[in-house]
Amino acid sequence: MSATDDLARTPEVDTGTRREPLADAFLALFRSGPFLIGLCIVLFWIVCALFGEHFVPYDPLADDIINALVPPSSEHWFGTDQLGRDVFSRVLTGSRDILTVAPLATLLATIIGTALGLFVGFFRGIVDDIVSRLLEAFMAMPVVIVALLAIVALGTSKTTVILVIGLSFAPIIARTVRSAVLAERELDYVAAAQLRHEGALYTMFIEILPNILAPILVETTVRLGYAIFAVATLSFLGFGIQPPSPDWGLSISTNYGLISGGFWWTVLFDAIAIASVVIGVNLVADEIHGAFND
Amino acid sequence: MIDGAVNALELDDLSVAYRIAGHDRAVLRNLSLTIRQGEAYGLVGESGCGKSTVALSVVRYLPRNGSITGGSIALEGQDVMRLDAEALRRARAESVSMVYQDPGKALNPSLRIGRQLTEIFDLGGISGQAAAERAIAMLNRVRISDPASVMQRYPHQLSGGMQQRVAIAMALANDPSILVLDEPTTGLDATVEAEVLDLIAQLRSELSASILFISHNLAVVSNMCDRVGVLYAGMLVEEGPTNDVFNNPRHPYTVALLRCLPRVGQRKDQRRLDTIPGSLPGIGVAIKGCAFADRCALATERCRTEFPPLYDLGDRLSRCHYHDKAQSLPRATAADVAPSAPRAATRPVLRVEALNKTYGSQGQGLRAVKDISVSLQPGQTLGLVGESGSGKTTFAKLLMGLVRPDDGGTIELEGTPLAARLDSRTDGQIKAMQIVFQNPDSALNRSHSIRHLLDRAIKRLAGLRGKALDARREELVSSVKLTARHLAVKPRQLSGGLKQRVAIARAFAGNPRLVVCDEPTSALDVSVQASILNLLVDLQAREHVSYIFISHDLAVVRYLADQIAVLYLGRIMELGPSEAVFGGPHHPYTEALLSAVSRLERTETSRIRLDGEIPSAANPPKGCVFHTRCPRKMGPICETEEPPLSEAGPGHTIRCHIPYSELAKLQMPKTTADVG
Repeated sequence: MSATDDLARTPEVDTGTRREPLADAFLALFRSGPFLIGLCIVLFWIVCALFGEHFVPYDPLADDIINALVPPSSEHWFGTDQLGRDVFSRVLTGSRDILTVAPLATLLATIIGTALGLFVGFFRGIVDDIVSRLLEAFMAMPVVIVALLAIVALGTSKTTVILVIGLSFAPIIARTVRSAVLAERELDYVAAAQLRHEGALYTMFIEILPNILAPILVETTVRLGYAIFAVATLSFLGFGIQPPSPDWGLSISTNYGLISGGFWWTVLFDAIAIASVVIGVNLVADEIHGAFND
Repeated sequence: MIDGAVNALELDDLSVAYRIAGHDRAVLRNLSLTIRQGEAYGLVGESGCGKSTVALSVVRYLPRNGSITGGSIALEGQDVMRLDAEALRRARAESVSMVYQDPGKALNPSLRIGRQLTEIFDLGGISGQAAAERAIAMLNRVRISDPASVMQRYPHQLSGGMQQRVAIAMALANDPSILVLDEPTTGLDATVEAEVLDLIAQLRSELSASILFISHNLAVVSNMCDRVGVLYAGMLVEEGPTNDVFNNPRHPYTVALLRCLPRVGQRKDQRRLDTIPGSLPGIGVAIKGCAFADRCALATERCRTEFPPLYDLGDRLSRCHYHDKAQSLPRATAADVAPSAPRAATRPVLRVEALNKTYGSQGQGLRAVKDISVSLQPGQTLGLVGESGSGKTTFAKLLMGLVRPDDGGTIELEGTPLAARLDSRTDGQIKAMQIVFQNPDSALNRSHSIRHLLDRAIKRLAGLRGKALDARREELVSSVKLTARHLAVKPRQLSGGLKQRVAIARAFAGNPRLVVCDEPTSALDVSVQASILNLLVDLQAREHVSYIFISHDLAVVRYLADQIAVLYLGRIMELGPSEAVFGGPHHPYTEALLSAVSRLERTETSRIRLDGEIPSAANPPKGCVFHTRCPRKMGPICETEEPPLSEAGPGHTIRCHIPYSELAKLQMPKTTADVG
């Protein structure tokens, strides 16, 4: 072999300047204002969900009929509802159910959607044609109607809500994953895997999946915002979270009749809470989307 | 007009830096160069040395993180640095024009050519019919035969060569005083490249414009330019009249760069290519002595500590303390060829019989590969050449089983027929035939570490585990001259040449009998290309492996191949031993391909140019498929009857109606001029 090694002289491995693209994107995220604001909002509600009951002034479930429908005051900052429960305490602890149900539903949707998308994108052909048409048909149906039917059939419970929202969001994620897989599949490393007789599962999950994590993460955060909205809607309709939970959607549903009587405080603060979570998640999602698509 | 004494472009002490991760990193360092009126100046260097930055600086069009940190730029005596926004806009519109590498990206895909051309005249205050007439005149000037219809078309409806002509027409529309050509032919086929270069050369004699010609291709620059500057790490290391610089280089870098190129007629069993050890200093690195010292075998203590000035050697410059000794630079790579293993076997490692591939419906579909039969002996290399669209890559994919051939053909590996479907081939067959793809960025999974990539290949192809796997990995890594510290990183962290080494190591994991190399060096710099070619030759000598080497670079194919197959529209036009195919007489198509190659040696021999574009494979010409472009077309027989592959010599066949002896006579003057 050659007397002077081609490579021995200069270090060509340059780990300092070329970081992981994912790591770069995350660094950029933590320098972005909207992302940090969104993250703070979401973190605030997560803390409330976990520890809210320890620092709220009143038990969110305790009735106090004598003090029912008291307007906001120094004693009850957000007033009380029909049963005299402290609205402030209820709003702060009301994130607990929605912040378990919505992320679990999104996680379920991501897992099923990713697997489906990998499958149809990898095999293409007739499998893709059939499954994609089915998914499109499924997506054409409004989520709330599907959910109502399923809940009527299965009975109301958190599990049902998770299943229903997870399954109805899965096709949307599958569609995103599929298009990412179709692009990856054209790259030569997939051909190289075939030339090693790698199995389909290995190629899909070990070769392709790590390269499409960015679009999956983006789609998941976007879906989380929609999932929160969907859970609140179902609760409002009475098919989601069940009483006596202080859930926001549920509270609005029980109290919205009172607005005409001037008892606005029983509804307004819950509505603001829902809006703030959705805005927080969307800020985070938007920025993640931006960071990975630059 | 300012009087002729004013230089077209003058860069004085120009420094440019890019801001990366919060630090200013120098890309151009005190660069001074002058382009005189009407002169063509070539700027050469490897990728990353700052060539394109020069082009962008000329009109202050640097990317947002780039800034000019010192020096001045004068366009026709006018200081570009002092221009206000309006004056700068006018200078860009009136005195400088640029042509970039990829014409497909330079043209707006959603506007017709006519609209894009007349827009330029609109800016100059000419509109309507007058502008259209001027646009047609411009297209005529760049030798577009049917300008009126081209005006009506969209960029995607034109071939690469036509697109580049249109881009040149647009660049010339405002009659610029200086034309900047940034790799104008890179990525084009050799035949198209030759056409575009001819055009530029012709235009030079018609126009007064000065030219700044930027290219990594030394041969192209040597044919196009009056003077040439060699750029290294953002500095000019050598400058002078083109002939002098290339024939009598006075800087070790230029010497080394020229040695990396396979010379005409050089073959793998005669002499290894020289390489340049190491790599370019990273951008922004502080350079104390000579920037090239780390890679230079002549370097002394003085080179490492004392920054060399540009020594003035009459009409040329060299930034080397020992410019008088530059040519005594010792080879970085031993010239002697590793002795190849004795050749005993006579059974071909690969035999392909009547292989066809038709896309679309049978019978009237697109015939990507038609009736190819070849065979290859162990330890030999078959070179596949042809323009893009000739079916080279499809043929490779058919062999590998990645694309399914039409029924009827056979592929035999060491005497055993191979199944058409990859899944039906045995593990033994799979590991015996591997491929090195053109683009390692696509071929190596970017999520996996080099160790993972190699280990997986060893596990699957060699069936090794544990200690044996570790040993095999070490062996592979050292045989492609990587080191253990490359194992932990991901492909992104390696340079292009190192990535290609990883891809080669992976292909060799299971001791293959045949490796298909699909343009493995086309994306690499010449010095890196040389080391990869040496590596392939060494591996072949040691492992007795056969290659199918696909390339559009005829010098590279000639260096490596024992057998050559020339493909056109999916058909073999000529097949034979390398010396016979290159030595001639050759098929008229081979002749045209050979004459399209730019050579360092300036030879103004009869150039054969192909007219028009490669016809669509969906609708190939009747008779001989090449007759539409053939410079030696005989007559009606070429249009009606497809010639058979006929014997021209031992193992040498040509698909042409012209009798072999006649071809020999026709090509006589050229073949004699070519010797050496």
